[in-house]
Amino acid sequence: MERQSPAFSILIHACALLLAAVILAPIAWLFIMSISPAADLAAKPLRWWPQSADFSRYQQLLSTAENSAGAAFTSSLRNSLEIAGMATIAALALAIPAGWAVSRTPSIGWSLSMVIATYMLPPVALAVPLYMGLSYLGLLNNVFGLALVYLTILAPFTTWLMKAGFDSIPREIEAAAMIDGAGLFQTLRIITLPLAAPVMATSALFAVLLAWDEFFYALLFTSDQRAKTLTVAIADLAGGRVSDYGLIATAGVLAALPPVLIGLVMQRALISGLTSGGVKG
Amino acid sequence: MSGTWMTTRAWLLMLPLLVVMVAVIGWPLVDTVGLSFTDAKLVGTGGNFVGFDNYANMLSSSNFSRTLVTTTLFAVISVAAEMVIGVLAALLLNQQFHGRAILRALMILPWALPTVVNATLWRLIYNPEYGALNAALTQLHLIDAYRSWLGEPGTALAALIVADCWKNFPLVALIALAALQAVPRDITAASLVDGAGPFNRFRFVILPYLAGPLMVALVLRTIEAFKVFDIIWVMTRGGPANSTRTLSILVYQEAFSFQRAGSGASLALIVTLLVTVLAVAYAALVRKTAGSAA
Repeated sequence: MERQSPAFSILIHACALLLAAVILAPIAWLFIMSISPAADLAAKPLRWWPQSADFSRYQQLLSTAENSAGAAFTSSLRNSLEIAGMATIAALALAIPAGWAVSRTPSIGWSLSMVIATYMLPPVALAVPLYMGLSYLGLLNNVFGLALVYLTILAPFTTWLMKAGFDSIPREIEAAAMIDGAGLFQTLRIITLPLAAPVMATSALFAVLLAWDEFFYALLFTSDQRAKTLTVAIADLAGGRVSDYGLIATAGVLAALPPVLIGLVMQRALISGLTSGGVKG
Repeated sequence: MSGTWMTTRAWLLMLPLLVVMVAVIGWPLVDTVGLSFTDAKLVGTGGNFVGFDNYANMLSSSNFSRTLVTTTLFAVISVAAEMVIGVLAALLLNQQFHGRAILRALMILPWALPTVVNATLWRLIYNPEYGALNAALTQLHLIDAYRSWLGEPGTALAALIVADCWKNFPLVALIALAALQAVPRDITAASLVDGAGPFNRFRFVILPYLAGPLMVALVLRTIEAFKVFDIIWVMTRGGPANSTRTLSILVYQEAFSFQRAGSGASLALIVTLLVTVLAVAYAALVRKTAGSAA
Protein backbone atom coordinates (compact mmCIF):
# COMPACT_ATOMS: atom_id res chain seq x y z
CA MET A 1 0.00 0.00 0.00
CA GLU A 2 1.31 3.38 -1.02
CA ARG A 3 1.88 5.71 1.93
CA GLN A 4 0.53 9.19 1.34
CA SER A 5 2.73 12.18 1.97
CA PRO A 6 0.93 15.12 3.63
CA ALA A 7 1.33 17.26 0.51
CA PHE A 8 -0.21 14.52 -1.64
CA SER A 9 -3.06 14.11 0.81
CA ILE A 10 -3.80 17.83 0.74
CA LEU A 11 -3.73 17.81 -3.05
CA ILE A 12 -6.17 14.89 -3.18
CA HIS A 13 -8.55 16.56 -0.76
CA ALA A 14 -8.39 19.83 -2.72
CA CYS A 15 -9.19 17.98 -5.96
CA ALA A 16 -12.06 16.15 -4.25
CA LEU A 17 -13.51 19.45 -3.05
CA LEU A 18 -13.24 20.87 -6.56
CA LEU A 19 -14.99 17.83 -8.05
CA ALA A 20 -17.75 18.02 -5.43
CA ALA A 21 -18.23 21.73 -6.22
CA VAL A 22 -18.41 21.07 -9.97
CA ILE A 23 -21.04 18.38 -9.47
CA LEU A 24 -23.08 20.12 -6.80
CA ALA A 25 -23.03 23.80 -7.77
CA PRO A 26 -25.39 23.60 -10.79
CA ILE A 27 -27.80 21.28 -8.95
CA ALA A 28 -27.76 23.42 -5.82
CA TRP A 29 -28.36 26.51 -7.95
CA LEU A 30 -31.39 24.88 -9.59
CA PHE A 31 -32.88 24.30 -6.15
CA ILE A 32 -31.95 27.78 -4.86
CA MET A 33 -33.59 29.37 -7.90
CA SER A 34 -36.74 27.39 -7.18
CA ILE A 35 -37.09 28.86 -3.67
CA SER A 36 -35.74 32.38 -4.28
CA PRO A 37 -38.22 35.25 -4.52
CA ALA A 38 -38.44 36.49 -8.13
CA ALA A 39 -36.93 39.84 -7.09
CA ASP A 40 -33.77 38.11 -5.78
CA LEU A 41 -33.27 36.32 -9.09
CA ALA A 42 -33.56 39.54 -11.06
CA ALA A 43 -31.32 41.54 -8.69
CA LYS A 44 -28.01 42.98 -9.87
CA PRO A 45 -25.68 41.99 -8.41
CA LEU A 46 -27.40 38.64 -8.25
CA ARG A 47 -28.46 37.52 -4.77
CA TRP A 48 -26.99 34.01 -4.40
CA TRP A 49 -28.84 33.14 -1.23
CA PRO A 50 -32.54 34.01 -0.82
CA GLN A 51 -33.48 36.37 1.99
CA SER A 52 -36.37 34.09 2.75
CA ALA A 53 -37.17 30.66 1.35
CA ASP A 54 -40.23 30.76 -0.86
CA PHE A 55 -41.85 27.42 -1.57
CA SER A 56 -44.98 28.87 -3.15
CA ARG A 57 -43.95 27.84 -6.66
CA TYR A 58 -44.10 24.18 -5.66
CA GLN A 59 -47.63 24.74 -4.45
CA GLN A 60 -48.42 26.62 -7.65
CA LEU A 61 -47.13 23.84 -9.94
CA LEU A 62 -48.76 21.03 -8.01
CA SER A 63 -52.17 22.70 -7.83
CA THR A 64 -54.75 21.46 -10.27
CA ALA A 65 -56.79 24.64 -10.62
CA GLU A 66 -58.11 24.95 -14.16
CA ASN A 67 -56.04 26.82 -16.77
CA SER A 68 -53.25 27.46 -14.30
CA ALA A 69 -49.57 26.68 -14.83
CA GLY A 70 -50.23 23.90 -12.34
CA ALA A 71 -52.88 22.25 -14.49
CA ALA A 72 -50.47 21.95 -17.44
CA PHE A 73 -47.72 20.69 -15.16
CA THR A 74 -49.75 18.12 -13.24
CA SER A 75 -51.30 16.72 -16.41
CA SER A 76 -47.85 16.31 -17.96
CA LEU A 77 -46.67 14.66 -14.75
CA ARG A 78 -49.55 12.22 -14.93
CA ASN A 79 -48.89 11.54 -18.63
CA SER A 80 -45.21 10.89 -17.96
CA LEU A 81 -46.09 8.46 -15.17
CA GLU A 82 -48.68 6.64 -17.28
CA ILE A 83 -46.47 6.41 -20.37
CA ALA A 84 -43.37 5.32 -18.44
CA GLY A 85 -45.43 2.74 -16.54
CA MET A 86 -47.14 1.27 -19.59
CA ALA A 87 -44.01 1.23 -21.72
CA THR A 88 -41.98 -0.39 -18.93
CA ILE A 89 -44.52 -3.15 -18.32
CA ALA A 90 -44.81 -3.85 -22.05
CA ALA A 91 -41.03 -3.83 -22.51
CA LEU A 92 -40.55 -6.32 -19.66
CA ALA A 93 -43.34 -8.55 -20.97
CA LEU A 94 -41.41 -8.77 -24.26
CA ALA A 95 -37.94 -8.84 -22.72
CA ILE A 96 -38.32 -11.60 -20.13
CA PRO A 97 -39.27 -14.47 -22.49
CA ALA A 98 -36.93 -13.22 -25.23
CA GLY A 99 -34.03 -12.72 -22.83
CA TRP A 100 -34.48 -16.20 -21.38
CA ALA A 101 -34.77 -17.78 -24.84
CA VAL A 102 -31.53 -16.20 -26.06
CA SER A 103 -29.73 -16.99 -22.83
CA ARG A 104 -30.64 -20.71 -23.00
CA THR A 105 -30.47 -21.10 -26.78
CA PRO A 106 -27.38 -19.20 -27.98
CA SER A 107 -27.95 -20.33 -31.56
CA ILE A 108 -30.70 -17.70 -31.92
CA GLY A 109 -28.54 -14.99 -30.35
CA TRP A 110 -28.02 -13.25 -33.67
CA SER A 111 -31.66 -12.14 -33.63
CA LEU A 112 -31.07 -10.28 -30.35
CA SER A 113 -27.88 -8.77 -31.78
CA MET A 114 -29.97 -7.36 -34.62
CA VAL A 115 -32.49 -5.93 -32.18
CA ILE A 116 -29.70 -4.33 -30.16
CA ALA A 117 -28.00 -2.94 -33.27
CA THR A 118 -31.06 -0.73 -33.74
CA TYR A 119 -29.56 1.36 -30.94
CA MET A 120 -27.40 2.97 -33.62
CA LEU A 121 -30.42 4.25 -35.52
CA PRO A 122 -31.03 7.93 -34.88
CA PRO A 123 -34.69 8.43 -33.92
CA VAL A 124 -35.02 10.80 -36.87
CA ALA A 125 -34.65 7.77 -39.17
CA LEU A 126 -37.94 6.38 -37.85
CA ALA A 127 -39.76 9.59 -37.01
CA VAL A 128 -41.56 10.36 -40.27
CA PRO A 129 -43.19 6.92 -40.81
CA LEU A 130 -43.99 6.66 -37.10
CA TYR A 131 -45.69 10.04 -37.30
CA MET A 132 -47.70 8.99 -40.36
CA GLY A 133 -48.50 5.59 -38.82
CA LEU A 134 -49.69 7.05 -35.51
CA SER A 135 -51.71 9.62 -37.40
CA TYR A 136 -53.32 6.83 -39.47
CA LEU A 137 -54.18 4.87 -36.30
CA GLY A 138 -55.50 7.96 -34.55
CA LEU A 139 -52.77 7.59 -31.90
CA LEU A 140 -51.10 10.97 -32.30
CA ASN A 141 -51.28 13.01 -29.09
CA ASN A 142 -52.18 9.84 -27.21
CA VAL A 143 -50.46 8.22 -24.23
CA PHE A 144 -50.88 4.71 -25.68
CA GLY A 145 -49.32 5.77 -28.97
CA LEU A 146 -46.31 7.31 -27.27
CA ALA A 147 -45.86 4.30 -24.97
CA LEU A 148 -45.87 2.07 -28.06
CA VAL A 149 -43.21 4.21 -29.73
CA TYR A 150 -41.10 4.12 -26.55
CA LEU A 151 -40.77 0.36 -27.01
CA THR A 152 -38.27 1.20 -29.79
CA ILE A 153 -35.95 2.41 -27.02
CA LEU A 154 -36.98 0.33 -24.00
CA ALA A 155 -37.44 -3.18 -25.43
CA PRO A 156 -33.93 -3.75 -26.90
CA PHE A 157 -32.28 -2.40 -23.78
CA THR A 158 -34.33 -4.40 -21.26
CA THR A 159 -33.95 -7.59 -23.32
CA TRP A 160 -30.19 -7.12 -23.27
CA LEU A 161 -30.21 -6.68 -19.48
CA MET A 162 -32.52 -9.65 -18.94
CA LYS A 163 -30.39 -11.88 -21.14
CA ALA A 164 -27.29 -10.95 -19.12
CA GLY A 165 -29.28 -11.64 -15.94
CA PHE A 166 -30.44 -15.10 -17.05
CA ASP A 167 -26.86 -15.88 -18.16
CA SER A 168 -25.79 -15.57 -14.52
CA ILE A 169 -28.40 -18.12 -13.36
CA PRO A 170 -26.94 -21.61 -13.93
CA ARG A 171 -29.10 -23.69 -16.23
CA GLU A 172 -28.25 -26.75 -14.09
CA ILE A 173 -30.73 -25.46 -11.51
CA GLU A 174 -33.48 -25.55 -14.13
CA ALA A 175 -32.36 -28.97 -15.33
CA ALA A 176 -32.50 -30.32 -11.77
CA ALA A 177 -36.08 -29.09 -11.31
CA MET A 178 -37.11 -30.65 -14.62
CA ILE A 179 -35.57 -34.00 -13.62
CA ASP A 180 -37.66 -33.79 -10.45
CA GLY A 181 -40.68 -33.70 -12.71
CA ALA A 182 -41.46 -30.00 -13.02
CA GLY A 183 -42.64 -28.80 -16.42
CA LEU A 184 -40.91 -25.96 -18.20
CA PHE A 185 -43.29 -23.20 -17.15
CA GLN A 186 -43.47 -24.51 -13.60
CA THR A 187 -39.66 -24.47 -13.49
CA LEU A 188 -39.52 -20.93 -14.80
CA ARG A 189 -42.19 -19.75 -12.38
CA ILE A 190 -40.82 -21.44 -9.27
CA ILE A 191 -37.06 -21.42 -9.89
CA THR A 192 -35.85 -19.05 -12.60
CA LEU A 193 -38.07 -15.98 -12.34
CA PRO A 194 -37.65 -15.57 -8.55
CA LEU A 195 -33.88 -15.80 -9.02
CA ALA A 196 -34.11 -13.20 -11.81
CA ALA A 197 -36.22 -10.81 -9.71
CA PRO A 198 -33.32 -8.41 -8.95
CA VAL A 199 -32.45 -8.18 -12.65
CA MET A 200 -36.09 -7.58 -13.50
CA ALA A 201 -36.19 -4.76 -10.95
CA THR A 202 -33.02 -3.19 -12.38
CA SER A 203 -34.34 -3.51 -15.93
CA ALA A 204 -37.65 -1.95 -14.93
CA LEU A 205 -35.92 1.00 -13.27
CA PHE A 206 -33.71 1.54 -16.31
CA ALA A 207 -36.78 1.43 -18.52
CA VAL A 208 -38.60 3.96 -16.34
CA LEU A 209 -35.57 6.28 -16.42
CA LEU A 210 -35.30 6.01 -20.22
CA ALA A 211 -39.00 6.72 -20.71
CA TRP A 212 -38.98 9.58 -18.18
CA ASP A 213 -36.02 11.15 -20.00
CA GLU A 214 -37.35 10.82 -23.54
CA PHE A 215 -37.96 14.07 -25.38
CA PHE A 216 -37.69 13.77 -29.17
CA TYR A 217 -40.68 11.50 -29.86
CA ALA A 218 -42.74 13.24 -27.18
CA LEU A 219 -42.04 16.61 -28.83
CA LEU A 220 -43.14 15.27 -32.23
CA PHE A 221 -46.11 13.13 -31.31
CA THR A 222 -47.90 15.12 -28.60
CA SER A 223 -49.54 18.50 -28.84
CA ASP A 224 -51.58 19.23 -25.72
CA GLN A 225 -52.36 18.28 -22.14
CA ARG A 226 -53.87 14.96 -23.16
CA ALA A 227 -50.45 13.44 -23.89
CA LYS A 228 -47.67 16.00 -23.41
CA THR A 229 -44.97 14.61 -21.15
CA LEU A 230 -42.95 16.38 -18.47
CA THR A 231 -39.92 16.84 -20.71
CA VAL A 232 -42.05 18.63 -23.31
CA ALA A 233 -43.80 20.70 -20.64
CA ILE A 234 -40.44 21.82 -19.26
CA ALA A 235 -39.07 22.63 -22.70
CA ASP A 236 -42.25 24.68 -23.29
CA LEU A 237 -41.66 26.56 -20.05
CA ALA A 238 -37.98 27.13 -20.82
CA GLY A 239 -38.64 28.30 -24.36
CA GLY A 240 -41.80 30.24 -23.63
CA ARG A 241 -42.44 33.68 -22.24
CA VAL A 242 -42.35 32.75 -18.57
CA SER A 243 -40.85 35.73 -16.76
CA ASP A 244 -40.30 33.95 -13.46
CA TYR A 245 -37.19 31.82 -13.89
CA GLY A 246 -37.81 30.33 -10.46
CA LEU A 247 -40.93 28.65 -11.83
CA ILE A 248 -38.91 26.96 -14.59
CA ALA A 249 -36.37 25.85 -11.99
CA THR A 250 -39.15 24.45 -9.78
CA ALA A 251 -40.51 22.37 -12.66
CA GLY A 252 -36.96 21.11 -13.24
CA VAL A 253 -36.52 20.12 -9.59
CA LEU A 254 -39.83 18.23 -9.56
CA ALA A 255 -39.06 16.41 -12.82
CA ALA A 256 -35.56 15.51 -11.63
CA LEU A 257 -36.65 14.25 -8.23
CA PRO A 258 -37.87 10.72 -9.18
CA PRO A 259 -34.88 9.76 -11.37
CA VAL A 260 -32.40 11.26 -8.92
CA LEU A 261 -33.92 9.30 -6.04
CA ILE A 262 -33.88 6.12 -8.15
CA GLY A 263 -30.26 6.86 -9.06
CA LEU A 264 -29.16 7.33 -5.46
CA VAL A 265 -31.01 4.32 -4.08
CA MET A 266 -30.10 1.98 -6.91
CA GLN A 267 -26.55 3.25 -7.44
CA ARG A 268 -24.79 -0.09 -7.24
CA ALA A 269 -27.24 -1.97 -9.45
CA LEU A 270 -27.36 0.86 -11.98
CA ILE A 271 -23.59 1.03 -12.32
CA SER A 272 -23.23 -2.71 -12.79
CA GLY A 273 -26.00 -2.51 -15.39
CA LEU A 274 -24.21 0.34 -17.15
CA THR A 275 -20.82 -1.32 -17.13
CA SER A 276 -22.35 -4.52 -18.50
CA GLY A 277 -22.70 -2.73 -21.76
CA GLY A 278 -25.44 -0.17 -21.95
CA VAL A 279 -25.37 3.57 -21.56
CA LYS A 280 -28.34 5.83 -21.26
CA GLY A 281 -28.52 8.59 -23.88
CA MET B 1 -35.21 -32.94 -25.24
CA SER B 2 -34.39 -32.58 -28.91
CA GLY B 3 -32.39 -29.65 -30.25
CA THR B 4 -34.97 -28.67 -32.88
CA TRP B 5 -37.73 -28.41 -30.30
CA MET B 6 -35.44 -26.28 -28.09
CA THR B 7 -34.76 -23.96 -31.00
CA THR B 8 -38.42 -23.78 -32.03
CA ARG B 9 -39.41 -23.01 -28.44
CA ALA B 10 -36.77 -20.28 -28.24
CA TRP B 11 -38.08 -18.68 -31.43
CA LEU B 12 -41.62 -18.79 -30.08
CA LEU B 13 -40.48 -16.95 -26.96
CA MET B 14 -38.60 -14.40 -29.10
CA LEU B 15 -41.58 -13.92 -31.40
CA PRO B 16 -43.50 -11.21 -29.47
CA LEU B 17 -40.37 -9.06 -29.22
CA LEU B 18 -39.53 -9.56 -32.89
CA VAL B 19 -43.07 -8.76 -34.03
CA VAL B 20 -43.12 -5.52 -32.04
CA MET B 21 -39.62 -4.57 -33.22
CA VAL B 22 -40.59 -5.12 -36.85
CA ALA B 23 -43.70 -3.00 -36.32
CA VAL B 24 -42.06 -0.04 -34.58
CA ILE B 25 -38.52 -0.15 -36.02
CA GLY B 26 -38.31 -2.42 -39.08
CA TRP B 27 -41.32 -1.15 -40.96
CA PRO B 28 -40.65 2.56 -40.26
CA LEU B 29 -37.05 2.15 -41.40
CA VAL B 30 -38.07 0.49 -44.66
CA ASP B 31 -40.74 3.16 -45.13
CA THR B 32 -38.14 5.88 -44.56
CA VAL B 33 -36.03 4.35 -47.34
CA GLY B 34 -39.06 4.39 -49.64
CA LEU B 35 -39.94 7.98 -48.73
CA SER B 36 -36.39 9.14 -49.34
CA PHE B 37 -36.87 8.53 -53.08
CA THR B 38 -40.02 10.64 -53.27
CA ASP B 39 -40.99 14.28 -52.92
CA ALA B 40 -43.69 13.36 -50.36
CA LYS B 41 -44.91 16.00 -47.92
CA LEU B 42 -45.53 15.22 -44.25
CA VAL B 43 -49.29 15.58 -44.65
CA GLY B 44 -51.27 14.45 -47.67
CA THR B 45 -50.82 11.51 -49.93
CA GLY B 46 -48.04 9.86 -51.85
CA GLY B 47 -45.51 12.02 -53.55
CA ASN B 48 -43.74 11.29 -56.80
CA PHE B 49 -40.75 9.08 -57.33
CA VAL B 50 -37.73 11.33 -57.78
CA GLY B 51 -34.86 8.80 -57.71
CA PHE B 52 -31.75 10.00 -55.94
CA ASP B 53 -32.64 13.70 -56.28
CA ASN B 54 -33.16 14.16 -52.51
CA TYR B 55 -29.79 12.61 -51.74
CA ALA B 56 -28.04 14.66 -54.42
CA ASN B 57 -29.68 17.89 -53.24
CA MET B 58 -28.91 17.19 -49.59
CA LEU B 59 -25.29 16.15 -50.09
CA SER B 60 -24.54 19.16 -52.26
CA SER B 61 -26.23 21.72 -50.02
CA SER B 62 -24.08 24.02 -47.94
CA ASN B 63 -26.53 23.47 -45.06
CA PHE B 64 -25.55 19.82 -44.92
CA SER B 65 -21.78 20.31 -45.01
CA ARG B 66 -21.94 23.05 -42.40
CA THR B 67 -24.16 20.95 -40.16
CA LEU B 68 -21.87 17.96 -40.55
CA VAL B 69 -18.93 20.09 -39.39
CA THR B 70 -20.92 21.39 -36.40
CA THR B 71 -22.00 17.87 -35.43
CA THR B 72 -18.46 16.54 -35.71
CA LEU B 73 -17.08 19.42 -33.63
CA PHE B 74 -19.72 18.87 -30.96
CA ALA B 75 -19.18 15.10 -30.87
CA VAL B 76 -15.37 15.09 -30.93
CA ILE B 77 -14.82 17.89 -28.41
CA SER B 78 -17.50 16.88 -25.91
CA VAL B 79 -16.66 13.16 -25.99
CA ALA B 80 -12.90 13.80 -25.75
CA ALA B 81 -13.42 16.14 -22.80
CA GLU B 82 -15.78 13.68 -21.12
CA MET B 83 -13.26 10.86 -21.47
CA VAL B 84 -10.31 12.87 -20.13
CA ILE B 85 -12.20 14.49 -17.25
CA GLY B 86 -13.98 11.22 -16.51
CA VAL B 87 -10.74 9.22 -16.21
CA LEU B 88 -9.10 11.92 -14.09
CA ALA B 89 -12.14 11.95 -11.79
CA ALA B 90 -12.04 8.14 -11.56
CA LEU B 91 -8.34 8.18 -10.62
CA LEU B 92 -9.20 10.71 -7.92
CA LEU B 93 -12.15 8.68 -6.65
CA ASN B 94 -9.87 5.65 -6.41
CA GLN B 95 -7.58 7.48 -3.93
CA GLN B 96 -8.18 7.59 -0.21
CA PHE B 97 -9.73 10.73 1.23
CA HIS B 98 -12.41 11.77 3.66
CA GLY B 99 -15.92 11.75 2.20
CA ARG B 100 -14.99 9.45 -0.67
CA ALA B 101 -18.16 7.37 -0.37
CA ILE B 102 -20.33 10.51 -0.48
CA LEU B 103 -18.52 11.93 -3.49
CA ARG B 104 -18.87 8.61 -5.34
CA ALA B 105 -22.61 8.66 -4.63
CA LEU B 106 -22.90 12.27 -5.85
CA MET B 107 -21.46 11.30 -9.23
CA ILE B 108 -24.75 9.63 -10.15
CA LEU B 109 -26.64 12.96 -9.89
CA PRO B 110 -25.78 14.59 -13.25
CA TRP B 111 -26.39 11.28 -15.01
CA ALA B 112 -29.78 10.86 -13.35
CA LEU B 113 -30.88 14.41 -14.11
CA PRO B 114 -33.18 14.26 -17.16
CA THR B 115 -31.49 15.66 -20.29
CA VAL B 116 -34.19 18.28 -20.74
CA VAL B 117 -33.85 19.42 -17.11
CA ASN B 118 -30.08 19.65 -17.58
CA ALA B 119 -30.53 21.71 -20.73
CA THR B 120 -33.04 23.98 -18.99
CA LEU B 121 -30.75 24.42 -15.99
CA TRP B 122 -27.81 25.48 -18.15
CA ARG B 123 -30.02 27.71 -20.22
CA LEU B 124 -30.91 29.53 -17.00
CA ILE B 125 -27.24 29.65 -15.96
CA TYR B 126 -26.28 31.18 -19.32
CA ASN B 127 -29.19 33.67 -19.31
CA PRO B 128 -27.95 36.98 -20.77
CA GLU B 129 -29.75 39.19 -18.23
CA TYR B 130 -30.10 37.23 -15.02
CA GLY B 131 -27.89 34.18 -15.49
CA ALA B 132 -25.60 32.88 -12.76
CA LEU B 133 -22.58 32.67 -15.09
CA ASN B 134 -22.76 36.37 -15.99
CA ALA B 135 -23.31 37.27 -12.34
CA ALA B 136 -20.41 35.14 -11.11
CA LEU B 137 -17.95 36.32 -13.77
CA THR B 138 -18.92 39.95 -13.21
CA GLN B 139 -18.63 39.70 -9.44
CA LEU B 140 -15.19 38.11 -9.88
CA HIS B 141 -14.30 40.97 -12.29
CA LEU B 142 -13.53 38.53 -15.09
CA ILE B 143 -15.93 40.25 -17.51
CA ASP B 144 -17.07 43.88 -17.62
CA ALA B 145 -20.51 43.45 -19.13
CA TYR B 146 -23.09 40.66 -19.24
CA ARG B 147 -22.85 38.50 -22.35
CA SER B 148 -25.34 36.42 -24.26
CA TRP B 149 -23.52 33.08 -24.12
CA LEU B 150 -26.11 31.19 -26.11
CA GLY B 151 -26.98 34.18 -28.28
CA GLU B 152 -23.61 34.70 -29.93
CA PRO B 153 -22.40 32.31 -32.65
CA GLY B 154 -18.89 32.46 -31.19
CA THR B 155 -19.80 31.04 -27.78
CA ALA B 156 -23.04 29.08 -28.22
CA LEU B 157 -21.49 25.77 -29.29
CA ALA B 158 -18.85 25.93 -26.54
CA ALA B 159 -21.57 26.68 -23.97
CA LEU B 160 -23.54 23.63 -25.18
CA ILE B 161 -20.47 21.43 -24.99
CA VAL B 162 -19.84 22.47 -21.37
CA ALA B 163 -23.44 21.60 -20.45
CA ASP B 164 -23.22 18.23 -22.22
CA CYS B 165 -19.88 17.42 -20.61
CA TRP B 166 -21.11 18.23 -17.14
CA LYS B 167 -23.93 15.72 -17.54
CA ASN B 168 -21.90 12.94 -19.12
CA PHE B 169 -18.39 12.94 -17.66
CA PRO B 170 -19.59 11.43 -14.33
CA LEU B 171 -20.82 8.36 -16.22
CA VAL B 172 -17.40 7.86 -17.79
CA ALA B 173 -15.90 8.35 -14.33
CA LEU B 174 -18.14 5.67 -12.80
CA ILE B 175 -17.34 3.19 -15.58
CA ALA B 176 -13.60 3.91 -15.26
CA LEU B 177 -13.80 3.66 -11.47
CA ALA B 178 -15.41 0.22 -11.69
CA ALA B 179 -12.55 -0.86 -13.98
CA LEU B 180 -9.92 0.64 -11.66
CA GLN B 181 -11.31 -1.30 -8.72
CA ALA B 182 -10.73 -4.48 -10.71
CA VAL B 183 -6.96 -3.81 -10.91
CA PRO B 184 -5.39 -6.32 -8.49
CA ARG B 185 -3.62 -4.58 -5.61
CA ASP B 186 -0.53 -6.81 -5.75
CA ILE B 187 0.11 -5.77 -9.36
CA THR B 188 0.26 -2.07 -8.49
CA ALA B 189 2.32 -2.93 -5.42
CA ALA B 190 4.74 -4.97 -7.54
CA SER B 191 5.14 -2.11 -10.03
CA LEU B 192 6.04 0.18 -7.09
CA VAL B 193 8.68 -2.26 -5.92
CA ASP B 194 10.02 -2.38 -9.47
CA GLY B 195 10.39 1.39 -9.30
CA ALA B 196 7.75 2.44 -11.83
CA GLY B 197 6.95 6.17 -11.70
CA PRO B 198 3.32 7.38 -11.54
CA PHE B 199 3.11 7.94 -15.30
CA ASN B 200 4.56 4.58 -16.26
CA ARG B 201 2.39 2.90 -13.67
CA PHE B 202 -0.69 4.44 -15.25
CA ARG B 203 0.43 3.71 -18.80
CA PHE B 204 1.59 0.10 -18.41
CA VAL B 205 -0.15 -1.25 -15.31
CA ILE B 206 -3.50 0.52 -14.97
CA LEU B 207 -4.44 1.54 -18.52
CA PRO B 208 -4.67 -2.03 -19.86
CA TYR B 209 -7.45 -2.66 -17.33
CA LEU B 210 -9.22 0.56 -18.33
CA ALA B 211 -8.89 0.17 -22.09
CA GLY B 212 -11.78 -2.25 -22.67
CA PRO B 213 -14.51 -0.51 -20.64
CA LEU B 214 -13.34 2.92 -21.82
CA MET B 215 -13.52 1.87 -25.46
CA VAL B 216 -17.11 0.73 -24.96
CA ALA B 217 -17.95 4.02 -23.25
CA LEU B 218 -16.19 5.91 -26.06
CA VAL B 219 -18.17 4.10 -28.77
CA LEU B 220 -21.54 4.56 -27.10
CA ARG B 221 -20.91 8.20 -26.16
CA THR B 222 -19.73 9.05 -29.69
CA ILE B 223 -22.84 7.50 -31.26
CA GLU B 224 -25.01 9.42 -28.78
CA ALA B 225 -23.15 12.67 -29.43
CA PHE B 226 -23.50 12.24 -33.18
CA LYS B 227 -27.27 11.77 -32.82
CA VAL B 228 -27.62 14.68 -30.37
CA PHE B 229 -30.96 16.49 -30.42
CA ASP B 230 -32.54 17.13 -27.00
CA ILE B 231 -29.97 19.35 -25.31
CA ILE B 232 -29.51 21.49 -28.42
CA TRP B 233 -33.20 21.84 -29.13
CA VAL B 234 -33.94 23.01 -25.60
CA MET B 235 -30.95 25.36 -25.30
CA THR B 236 -30.62 26.98 -28.75
CA ARG B 237 -32.88 25.21 -31.30
CA GLY B 238 -29.79 25.14 -33.51
CA GLY B 239 -29.25 28.92 -33.40
CA PRO B 240 -27.98 31.57 -33.31
CA ALA B 241 -27.51 31.86 -37.09
CA ASN B 242 -27.53 28.03 -37.24
CA SER B 243 -24.19 27.91 -35.41
CA THR B 244 -25.31 25.00 -33.21
CA ARG B 245 -27.43 23.16 -35.77
CA THR B 246 -26.54 19.46 -35.73
CA LEU B 247 -27.65 16.77 -38.18
CA SER B 248 -30.64 15.64 -36.10
CA ILE B 249 -31.84 19.24 -35.80
CA LEU B 250 -31.50 19.66 -39.57
CA VAL B 251 -33.57 16.51 -40.19
CA TYR B 252 -36.23 17.75 -37.78
CA GLN B 253 -36.42 21.11 -39.56
CA GLU B 254 -36.54 19.53 -43.00
CA ALA B 255 -39.12 16.84 -42.22
CA PHE B 256 -41.29 18.54 -39.61
CA SER B 257 -40.80 22.32 -39.71
CA PHE B 258 -40.78 22.47 -43.53
CA GLN B 259 -42.87 19.28 -43.80
CA ARG B 260 -40.66 17.91 -46.59
CA ALA B 261 -40.92 14.25 -45.56
CA GLY B 262 -39.07 12.94 -48.63
CA SER B 263 -35.92 14.98 -48.37
CA GLY B 264 -36.02 14.74 -44.56
CA ALA B 265 -36.04 10.95 -44.91
CA SER B 266 -33.04 10.99 -47.26
CA LEU B 267 -31.13 13.15 -44.81
CA ALA B 268 -32.09 10.87 -41.90
CA LEU B 269 -30.70 7.89 -43.81
CA ILE B 270 -27.46 9.72 -44.57
CA VAL B 271 -27.11 10.34 -40.81
CA THR B 272 -27.89 6.68 -40.11
CA LEU B 273 -25.23 5.59 -42.59
CA LEU B 274 -22.64 7.90 -40.99
CA VAL B 275 -23.44 6.58 -37.51
CA THR B 276 -23.26 2.98 -38.77
CA VAL B 277 -19.87 3.51 -40.41
CA LEU B 278 -18.65 5.12 -37.21
CA ALA B 279 -19.96 2.22 -35.11
CA VAL B 280 -18.45 -0.47 -37.34
CA ALA B 281 -15.07 1.25 -37.37
CA TYR B 282 -15.22 1.56 -33.61
CA ALA B 283 -16.29 -2.06 -33.14
CA ALA B 284 -13.16 -3.14 -35.02
CA LEU B 285 -11.12 -0.87 -32.76
CA VAL B 286 -12.75 -2.32 -29.63
CA ARG B 287 -11.96 -5.84 -30.74
CA LYS B 288 -8.35 -4.82 -31.35
CA THR B 289 -8.08 -3.11 -27.95
CA ALA B 290 -9.65 -6.07 -26.18
CA GLY B 291 -7.23 -8.38 -27.99
CA SER B 292 -4.13 -6.42 -27.04
CA ALA B 293 -5.23 -5.90 -23.43
CA ALA B 294 -5.80 -9.59 -22.84
